[in-house]
Amino acid sequence: MKHLPHLLKNELRALFISPATYIAAVLFLILMGWLYWRILLQFSLEPQDDLPSALFFQLFWLPVFFMVPLLTMKSLAEERRRGTLETLMTTPATGMEIVLSKFAAAYIFYCCLWLLTLGFPILANLSLNSPMMEDRLLDRATLFGGYLFVAISGLLFISVGIFASSLTRSQVVAGMLSFCLLFIITIGMRALHEEAVSWGPWLRETVDYMQIFRHLEEFSRGVIDTRPFFFYISNTALILGLSVIVVEAKA
Amino acid sequence: MNASGPNIEVHNLHKRFGQVSAVEDITFEVGKGQIMGFLGPNGAGKSTTMRILCGIIPATSGVARICGISVANHPNEVKRRIGYMPENNPLPDDMRVVEYLRYRGHLKEIPGRKLKQRVETVMELCDLRRRARRRVIGTLSKGYRQRVGIADAILAEPDVIVMDEPTIGLDPHQILAVRDLIDSFRGEMTVILSSHILAEIEVSCDCVIIINNGRLVATGSPVNLRTEFIHNTIYDLQLQGDLAALDPLLKSIHPDLTWAPSSDPDESGFYSLTIEVPQIENIGEEILLLLQRHAEYRVRALHAVEPSLEDIFLAATKRSWNESMPEKAVNPQATEPARPPVPHPTPPDRPG
Repeated sequence: MKHLPHLLKNELRALFISPATYIAAVLFLILMGWLYWRILLQFSLEPQDDLPSALFFQLFWLPVFFMVPLLTMKSLAEERRRGTLETLMTTPATGMEIVLSKFAAAYIFYCCLWLLTLGFPILANLSLNSPMMEDRLLDRATLFGGYLFVAISGLLFISVGIFASSLTRSQVVAGMLSFCLLFIITIGMRALHEEAVSWGPWLRETVDYMQIFRHLEEFSRGVIDTRPFFFYISNTALILGLSVIVVEAKA
Repeated sequence: MNASGPNIEVHNLHKRFGQVSAVEDITFEVGKGQIMGFLGPNGAGKSTTMRILCGIIPATSGVARICGISVANHPNEVKRRIGYMPENNPLPDDMRVVEYLRYRGHLKEIPGRKLKQRVETVMELCDLRRRARRRVIGTLSKGYRQRVGIADAILAEPDVIVMDEPTIGLDPHQILAVRDLIDSFRGEMTVILSSHILAEIEVSCDCVIIINNGRLVATGSPVNLRTEFIHNTIYDLQLQGDLAALDPLLKSIHPDLTWAPSSDPDESGFYSLTIEVPQIENIGEEILLLLQRHAEYRVRALHAVEPSLEDIFLAATKRSWNESMPEKAVNPQATEPARPPVPHPTPPDRPG
């Protein structure tokens, strides 16, 4: 693992000097800012059951679907296409270090982007300047739970993107593949849950366990359960492990 | 690591991609400090063998050892002893030369205090220090990119350097510069370089391995290969006089001698003749003495044509085709056989 800091530093450097990164960040913040503004607008029109931040986090899947493929599609596919993956594999750096560096760089960037959205409730609070609204806008439990959910679910989403990128040398194919996989594990699992009502208890519980939207609800209420942690971390490890195998076998 | 044994050992190496056999039963050894040329037509299995040696792809069967360490069992240990420059030399376009070399140095585990000085040394060696040091790799010319690739390969002072087509796409000046650079490694590092440019291998390499269709065709120094594959002696003669009467005269030197004028006479009436004797024998003096005795012939020049590596390569690959397709010889009435993947080698035109 001694090569990981150097690989990661190089990945982050490449990320932060690339104009595409800033374009993606600006697009993300415009979209998320607009969504937050719509939520506040709705809040001003009629009373809502949930807090604005809780509603905001319920839309987490929207940026996941386009940001995660954009962030990860380039990572291994581009290296493979250019042939630089081959030169990397001839250094003592291992496949695991290479995959982990790509993963960590994309994950750090993903988390940074989400952290920037913390500015929305703070700005809204500053402009409204009312103590009553402060409790609602900056509800600690919701914000902490929501960001914790984003951070922990991000592990899985980014690893899926990295895996898709490891399978092909075309960025477009990697992007489409990661979009489809993310769609299946979020929306697909939700649809499966509705179907699973009539299935046996064993299967129903398994599908129930994999409900990403359910995890979000719990986290936004401030309920921090260890089971989702186990779900995301174990699956991330599994998918990254598969990516390492693919990189080592196909280099 | 074995200090005295060969730096590269390959025994009965096989590599199959599905049904296709890319490398078949290749065995060779390269000693410490030697420069070895890997020669073969496109698709012969050069790159595959090199990639196996570097631990990028596993062999189907056989043994490959670098400095006595098995590539299959200890790939990471081997990677510390090898510098590899792949075909087409892929480099990241968005990094500066010095940044890239430092990054690669870190990955190759060069200690921090030594790294800076080592990067400066390889940049000096590869003539990158003054003009290309701070330039972004994407803006460099092909020649400079190639130098960056070589600088990277030698950065960690590896025992073995593997270069896949290091001079491809370079202009003659750059080829000379790269060749000098490779020459300077002689005695210190073991170098394997592949090429299908024969002249380049002949100039730079101590020993040559010729492979064709994944099979080892010939191995040895260019001199040894000459004696193995070239069984005739060729002379170029420039002569004025009656060619019709020349045949019996020349045949008197050697009964199996053949000759042919390779051009019409030039302005001063001199013909260019190619004389071939089917054995290794110096008959230059006899030809000169004979023609001196006959005053009607005037000789302007006579020289022995040294068989080039190209001739050896063609002879060797031709032999390997013949060995790999014996059914052709058995059944001459059969319809035209399927063409081999590369055109069947034909003897080159002799210089006139």
